Amino acid sequence: MTVNLTINGQKIQAETGQTVLQAARAVGIHIPVLCEHPALPPDGACRICLVEIEKQRGLQPACTFPATEGLVISTHSPRVMDSRKFTLELLISDHPLDCMTCEATGDCTLQDLAYEYGVKDSRYQGKQHNYPLDASNPFIQVERNKCILCRRCVRACSHINGVEAISVFYRGFNAYIGFGADGRMQDSSCEFCGSCVAVCPTGALWPKMSIGKGRPWQVEKVDTICSYCGVGCKLSLHIRDNQIIRVEGANGPANHGWTCVKGRFGYDYVHHPDRVLTPRVRRYLLEGVKKPENRESRIENSKGGTNLDSLVSNFWDWVETDWDTALNIVAEKLRTKRDTHGPDSIGVLTSAKCTNEENYLMNKFARQVIGTNNIDHCARL
Amino acid sequence: MPELKNVADLARLHATTQQAREARRTACPTIYVGTGTCGLAAGAGEVAQAIRQELSARQIEAEVLGVGCIGMCVKEPLVDIQLPGRPRVTYANVKPDMIPRLIEEHLMNGQIIPKWAMGQLPADGAPPETQVGEPGLPSYAELPFYRKQVRIALKNCGMINPESIDEYIAADGYQALGKALSGMSPDEVVDEMKESGLRGRGGAGFLTGIKWEFCRRARGTPKYVICNADEGDPGAFMDRSVLEGDPHSVIEGMTIAAYAIGAQEGYIYCRAEYPLAIARLKKAIAQAHVHGLLGENILGSGFSFELHIKEGAGAFVCGEETALIASIEGKRGEPRPRPPFPAVSGLWGKPSNVNNVKSYGMTPQIILNGADWFSRIGTSGSPGTAVFALTGKIKNTGLIEVPMGITLREIIYDVGGGTPRNKHFKAVQTGGPLGGCLPASALDTPVDFDSLTEADATMGSGGMIVVDQDTCMVEFAKYFLTFASAESCGKCVPCRIGGQRMLETLTCISEGRGTPEDLDGIEYISRNMKEGSLCALGQLTPGPVMSSLRFFRQEYEAHIQDEFCPAGVCKGLFSYEIIEANCPGCGLCLKACPDGAISGEKKKPHVIDHLKCIQCGECYRVCNLGAIEVIPLKKKEIPA
Repeated sequence: MTVNLTINGQKIQAETGQTVLQAARAVGIHIPVLCEHPALPPDGACRICLVEIEKQRGLQPACTFPATEGLVISTHSPRVMDSRKFTLELLISDHPLDCMTCEATGDCTLQDLAYEYGVKDSRYQGKQHNYPLDASNPFIQVERNKCILCRRCVRACSHINGVEAISVFYRGFNAYIGFGADGRMQDSSCEFCGSCVAVCPTGALWPKMSIGKGRPWQVEKVDTICSYCGVGCKLSLHIRDNQIIRVEGANGPANHGWTCVKGRFGYDYVHHPDRVLTPRVRRYLLEGVKKPENRESRIENSKGGTNLDSLVSNFWDWVETDWDTALNIVAEKLRTKRDTHGPDSIGVLTSAKCTNEENYLMNKFARQVIGTNNIDHCARL
Repeated sequence: MPELKNVADLARLHATTQQAREARRTACPTIYVGTGTCGLAAGAGEVAQAIRQELSARQIEAEVLGVGCIGMCVKEPLVDIQLPGRPRVTYANVKPDMIPRLIEEHLMNGQIIPKWAMGQLPADGAPPETQVGEPGLPSYAELPFYRKQVRIALKNCGMINPESIDEYIAADGYQALGKALSGMSPDEVVDEMKESGLRGRGGAGFLTGIKWEFCRRARGTPKYVICNADEGDPGAFMDRSVLEGDPHSVIEGMTIAAYAIGAQEGYIYCRAEYPLAIARLKKAIAQAHVHGLLGENILGSGFSFELHIKEGAGAFVCGEETALIASIEGKRGEPRPRPPFPAVSGLWGKPSNVNNVKSYGMTPQIILNGADWFSRIGTSGSPGTAVFALTGKIKNTGLIEVPMGITLREIIYDVGGGTPRNKHFKAVQTGGPLGGCLPASALDTPVDFDSLTEADATMGSGGMIVVDQDTCMVEFAKYFLTFASAESCGKCVPCRIGGQRMLETLTCISEGRGTPEDLDGIEYISRNMKEGSLCALGQLTPGPVMSSLRFFRQEYEAHIQDEFCPAGVCKGLFSYEIIEANCPGCGLCLKACPDGAISGEKKKPHVIDHLKCIQCGECYRVCNLGAIEVIPLKKKEIPA
C-alpha cells in the first residue's frame, strides 16, 4: 500500500508503515537527525528532525511520525529552522567547545549540525556539567561532558547486542548515561562489543586504543573479513602510516555493520612483535635426528660438535623455515603415524578462524586422505 | 462461587444493604470520623481512638465509621454525630480532649454544642424532607463552602465508609455496572459516554467517549484499561481523595469502560506516596472479587475483568500517559512521541485506554442517570462538574466540586471565602505547575476547559492555588519552573536543557541580576519549548512563567530595572519601613525582630535600622495594623 504526501511542495509516495523521515530519505529529501540511527528503533528524543506538519499542533519528529495519506510537510520552514537552532544552542550550552582537540572532530554529528545551522556559540551562560573522564577500562573511554543524551548507545546495547548494560540515570538536567547499576562499564554486564561507540554521534564514547592516533580524514579505510570466528563479519580497518588505528564494523551480509569485542578491539596482534610470521619447526626435525627423550638428555651430534650442552638446547629450538619444508615434515609424520597405528590414531581439529573453504578441505583431508572420521571444530573463538 | 451471579442478585443486595443502612440509622448513634489523609494528618487517628475509648469507658453502643474527605480540609479533623432519627451534625477542628464533652452532651443527652458545630446534613440515605433539622445550625446546603457545589465525583466522599462495599452498594453503587451489563451493548455504553460530552478530567479535556470509541475500534487483543492515579501536582489532592473516599466508584467506572472497549484487564497506576489510597483500593478490589463484580463472568454476563494496581515510584512525568505505560511495563518512566496513541498501541503495544481517576469516578453516574442528566450540568462545551483542590492564600482550603461554567470569582470568594487576613487577592494558578496564573481582572472567567485555555491558563487536573499581595510573581513562577524542570525526564533537549536555562534566567531576575533582554530570552525559550518538547510536561513547563509575564510584567520589570521586589519576597531586593502615621508603638514588631533592628519607645512610632535588618519579615508578619511596608532596598551605608 502506498500513501501520498507532500513534502516541501513536492508530491511523493511512501509505503504504509514508513515514517516521514524514511519517506523523505527515499526520495532524497534531507532532514537532519541526531538521535535517529537507521539500525535502531526511533526515539524522538533529540528534536532535531522536527518538521512542520499541517493540522498538527506543535512540530512533529519526522523519525517517529507515520507517513499517512495527505500529510503536508515542511522540513525547513522558518518555524522549523528556529526550533532546530534553539535545540542546537541548548546542546552547545552544555557541551565543551574543544573541537580542536576532540577525537570526534570530523566524525561528529553535533559538529556537522552546528555547521549546517550556523550555531557558533550559545547565548546561555548557565551551568555546564563537569563529569570526570572515565578511562578505567581498556577499550572504551567515557566522556560524559560530551554526551548529548541521544540514547543511541542505550538502544544499540539493548536492541543490537541484547545486553542492556547502558541506561539513563536520574532526571532532567541531571540525567546522564550510566552502566549496570550506575557503576563502571567493566563492572556491568557490558561485553565491550563497542556498538555504543559505533553509534555515538559525538566524542562521548571513544575507542581508547585510537586516541591520539589520527583524524578521520587522515586514515585510509580498508575493508576485510574478521579473522576471528566463523560469522565472517565485514570490518573496515582504519589505517594510518601502515598501522591499524581503529576497526569499525562494515556493512557485510553477516554483520550489517556490527561486530563484537574481538573484531572491534582485538587487533593489537596485527602489529605485535611476538607475532609468528613464518613456519617454524624444531631443530631436531629439521636435522632429521631422533626426538630427544627430554630436554636434559644428551644426543650425539651427527656433525661431531664439541659443545654438547648447547647442542642439546639447540635441538629443541624453533627454527624458522619455508612452508614446503614444514609441510613435508608434517606430511611425513602423519603418514608414518597412519601406517604404524592406523588412520583412527589421528584426529583433526580445525578452526573457526579458517574460511569455509579451508574447513571443507580439512574435512576432505581427514576423511579421504587420512581416512578417519575424527574431525572436529572449535566452533568459535 | 461469587456471591452475585446475576443482576437480580445485585438488585436484592441493593435492597438489603439499604435496609441495613436504614436499620442502623434508626437503631444506634453513628459517629463519622474523616480519616482521609487530610484528616489523619490533622490528627483524626487520635480523635477516633479517643472516641472509641470514651465509648467503651461509658459502655455506649455506637457505630464509629472512618469516612473519606468531605472537602473541608481546613476544618479537619471533622467528626459527624448522628443520633437515630436526627440529622448528621458536623463538628470541626475536633481534638481528642473535646471528645468526652461531645459524647456526653450530644450523644448521651442529645444536645448539640453550637460553638463547635459547623453544620448539619440529612442522615445517611434519608431524604431531606423527612429530617427534622437541628434548630440554629446551618445545613450544608446553606454553608457558603457547599452552597455552589455539585458533587458527582465526590458524591460519596465523606458520606460512606470507603472500606465497605455494602455501603457503596446501598448508595446505588454497581447499579450502573448492572445496567450496562444487562441492558446495554458495549456500543451503547460508548454512545452514552459520547453523548454525555464528558471531557477527560486529567487535564487535556479530550472527549472520553471518543477515546473509548478509538480503543474499541482499534485492532488487536488483548486490550487494557488504565486508570491514571499518578496525581503529582504540588497542592493537588483530588484523585487521592476520590480513591480514599470512594474507591469502588473508580473500580466500577473502569469495569464499565472495560466492557465498552472490550478489555479484560486493567491497571490502576497509583503513586506510592498514596499508601492509604492503595490500601483502600486493594481492599475494594478484593471485596468486588468476593461479590463477583470483578473476575470471571461478572453478573453472569459472560464479561470478565481483572484489575491490578501498579504503584508508581514518584515521578511526576509518569502522569503523562505514555510514560505511565512505560512505567507499568517496568521501563524507565519516559514519554514517547505520539502517534501512535495508546488507543492504538499502548500497554505492551496493545490498544489501551487511559483515563483519569475522576473520569472513571464520574462514569457510573453518567451511565446510571443518563447522558442527558450529565450534559445538563455545566456548560455545553464542558459538561459536568470540575473538582478542584483549593489551596494557598484562601480561607477555605479544601476539596470542592463545582459545575463547569462557574466563575473563578465565585470559587474564590463564595466557596473559598476569599483571602485571609484582609490581604488583597493577587492571582490564581490553575492547572498545577504546568498551568497558568490569572490576575484579578480575569476573575470573571468561567471555569471550563475552553475558557481557561483562552485566558492563558489551563484546566489541568484540578489544582487551584490562590496567592495574595505577599506573593512575588517572579518567585511564584520560579517555584513552578523549579518543580517542572526537576521533574523533566531528561529525554528531549528543549525540556531537559531549556527548562534549566529558563530557570537560570529567572533566578538572575529574582536576584536582581536580570537584564531587559532576559524577558525576550524567556519568551524565546518558552516559545520553542512549547513548540519542540516531546510531551506535555515540556510543552507546558513555560506556562506559569508566560502567564505571569503577561499579567504581571511590571513585577518582572521592577526586579530588573529597579532591583525591587514589590511583594517583599526576593531577598536583597527590598527593605521594610515603618509608616510613622500607622504605628502606635505597640512593640509587637520590636519583640519579633530577631536581630534587634527595631527600636522605639512604647506608644511612639518605631524605626527600623536598615544596617541591622536581615529582611526576615517577622515584623511584617506580626504587624496587624499595616504599619510596615515594603520599599525599595535601602543601600546599607556604612557610617563614616
